[in-house]
Amino acid sequence: MKGLAQKLGIAVLGATFAYSASTAKAAAPEYGGNLNIVVGSKIPSYDGHIESTFGMIHPIRPFYSLLIRENPDNPASPTDFVCDLCVGDVPKGTEGGTKYTFKIRTGVKFHDGTPLTSADIKATFDKIVNPPEGVASSRKAYFKMVESITTPDAETLVFKLKHPSGTFIPSVAMPFNFVYSKKDLDTHGFKWHQKNINGSGAFSFVEHVQGSHVKGKKYASYHHKGRPYLDSYTALAAPKMSVRLQAIRGGRADIEFRGFPPKARDDLVKALGDKIKVQESDWNCVLLATPNHEVKPFDDPRVRRALTLSIDRMSGSKYLSNIAIVKTPGGIVFPSHPMATPMSELQANIAGYGKDINASRAEAKKLLQEAGQSGLKFTFLNRGVDQPYKIVGTWLLGQWKKAGMKVDQVVKPTTPFYASLRKKGDFDVSVDFNCQSIVNPLADVSKFLPSAGNNYANFEDAELENIYNAMLKAETQDEQKPLLRKYEKRVLNDLASQAITLWWYKINPHRSYVKGWKIAPSHYLNQSLDNVWIDAAEKKRQGVN
Amino acid sequence: MATSELPTGEFVLPKQKTIWDNLLRMLRRQPLGSAGAIVIIVMAFAAVFAETIAPFDPELENFEYMLSPPGTVHEDTGKVFYFGTDSFGRDQLSRMIYGARTALLVGFTASFCGAFLGLILGVASAYFGGYIDLVLQRVCDVFMAFPLIIMALAIVSIFGTGVEMVIIAITIPFIPNCARVVRSSALALKGLPYIDAARSVGYGHVRIIMRHMVPNVMAPFLIMLTAFVGQAILTEASLSYLGMGVQEPTAAWGLMLQGGAEEYAESAPWVPIWPGVAITLAVFGFNLFGDAVRDVLDPKLRSQT
Repeated sequence: MKGLAQKLGIAVLGATFAYSASTAKAAAPEYGGNLNIVVGSKIPSYDGHIESTFGMIHPIRPFYSLLIRENPDNPASPTDFVCDLCVGDVPKGTEGGTKYTFKIRTGVKFHDGTPLTSADIKATFDKIVNPPEGVASSRKAYFKMVESITTPDAETLVFKLKHPSGTFIPSVAMPFNFVYSKKDLDTHGFKWHQKNINGSGAFSFVEHVQGSHVKGKKYASYHHKGRPYLDSYTALAAPKMSVRLQAIRGGRADIEFRGFPPKARDDLVKALGDKIKVQESDWNCVLLATPNHEVKPFDDPRVRRALTLSIDRMSGSKYLSNIAIVKTPGGIVFPSHPMATPMSELQANIAGYGKDINASRAEAKKLLQEAGQSGLKFTFLNRGVDQPYKIVGTWLLGQWKKAGMKVDQVVKPTTPFYASLRKKGDFDVSVDFNCQSIVNPLADVSKFLPSAGNNYANFEDAELENIYNAMLKAETQDEQKPLLRKYEKRVLNDLASQAITLWWYKINPHRSYVKGWKIAPSHYLNQSLDNVWIDAAEKKRQGVN
Repeated sequence: MATSELPTGEFVLPKQKTIWDNLLRMLRRQPLGSAGAIVIIVMAFAAVFAETIAPFDPELENFEYMLSPPGTVHEDTGKVFYFGTDSFGRDQLSRMIYGARTALLVGFTASFCGAFLGLILGVASAYFGGYIDLVLQRVCDVFMAFPLIIMALAIVSIFGTGVEMVIIAITIPFIPNCARVVRSSALALKGLPYIDAARSVGYGHVRIIMRHMVPNVMAPFLIMLTAFVGQAILTEASLSYLGMGVQEPTAAWGLMLQGGAEEYAESAPWVPIWPGVAITLAVFGFNLFGDAVRDVLDPKLRSQT
């Protein structure tokens, strides 16, 4: 009996060791394989400096490097940045936070063989920060604090700022800041990268077949030694969500990086069980209801306040999160960031966040009555995209109806929608969004400034501008926080210039043999693919070729 | 002298036919058309009395009951969600009933407008002939070169979505279709002596067209009209399904299908099934009825069949 127990003990111990060894082996990254991604949007151009869509980022980002980036092993953190083309840690500001000196990696080469130096990074940021006349730069406004960019030598890059700024480093880390070769910019001009690719990223460009796919192959001289793990990747174009879903379900694709609604996740998990892994995260994206202050009666703050008071964000969070990619109630700052206002403060100080929705709606009705707008009728402009625009839009109509308002909805495809929102201004109240990549609270909330190019509420408010300017010049978070609270209260409560609905929630179900990729709070982040690998044995077990 | 005797007894008049007799006769002669008519009557009843017969407000969101299966009871009101609820917790049955109103509104308005304008254009084209006929028919050729749904999609893409725009988008492609059919009948009328007689007594063009030609092309017109209603309902549902038609929160069958077909076909099949059945039945009903009308109004076709 004793012998049997001994044998059993040895067997259990052996099995434990064997299991540990096998899991340890499985956890070690493997080389090889092709990653199939499905992408739900078109590629307007290859130029990261002018584009803002995931349709470009997902297939094109792996071809390029950045000066610094979010930590690919900890992308959930909104404050953890690491060097990509620089060496060591991300530099701290010197000279009172007005000087940032980056030491640049040596031995890095572009895919065409040209060596990469600090001059290339300077040329890149010159294009982004101070583009020549007629050259577009979508993120120029993020670098208003930059006074000069200099290169004392081939391995050093210096940013001199006009004043200390907490938004600088997050702005540099934005995934759209692809580093281009100075030679390409000098030789071919500033628009060459819209149709051509020459980066120093983990993968080099193979082909782009319009409407079908983009293909990249492993770049052997990639500067992060030992990476990438994959031999290649293929970004398949699939505009319809059902097609993307079925592609993963059928093993035609391994992963989709933007995110699926909860129902799709549940269906995939139900169908594939342990063959699917699901990663979820709060998302640095929020839908707004933006009233047009130039259209009566939305010039009246009481009417705008009634709009936000009628929205039951708590119940919306509970129920809409079952059918749409939204979940978290919050203020104007990404709710998971340390600078965000806690819910208890929002409930106490901001209209529309109270715990008693019936009282809020009664107040909304009273305000409408005082403004002579009982039974207010208006048209809500929405974008013809299901997730989450049309779902949140329909929910909003129901919320306003419960406060006695009669709202019709006009849904327009993306191009005419933007034409109405940006150029024509022919709307009463419109859906709008604030989607950012790197969580950068001070920069992100510039959306609510009357002078911001992307604020479509059409109003002016000097006090809001003053608070924002003071906030930009505040050096520490402790100084910035009270100003940010004041700014938020002015936007959401006093002016009720825009109403926050719900923050998005990112759900990424992917085949469980896809390893190494970690979800970030934005669908623009962690897309270099240099840390992604495929568990070949698991893939074989799943019967996927 | 032989005398003939008058028949004795009471003279019996043939029995007056009642509505029921006529209905039974129609059922016997046109059983499929009658089935179509019944579907249309049920639809029309639902559309007209929607406020009375719908158990819930079709736009009322009850998130506590989202995606509830058919037969679920609303705890506060005791009312039953006979057809279940959608992802917003709205009653499917109520939305189906109100959806009939949207379908008929779009179907009838687009059909009447399209067929009527086509009637006028077709008869005028035949009556005037020459360059007017040539130009009008080439314009018709251009419009008819595109399938109905493509043309409707192009129109809503340009002018926007919503019930009114959908009606316009469906009406426009109907006009040349009706004009072409009516013109062929009107061409035959144009050469008849009574038209020449009307001209010779000095009647104006409008009078000749409206009083002497239009009434005589009513058979093809009515056939086209009934055929159009089913097509219009199907096109409206298609546009709404593609997100280019009627918009939320309006109850419309195509929209209901769009909101459920992809995501809930497996887990909550009642979401796409009911509107799918309604669209199928409505189109089937109008097509059967249209065929029956054609059989009754077109003697040539009747003899062939």
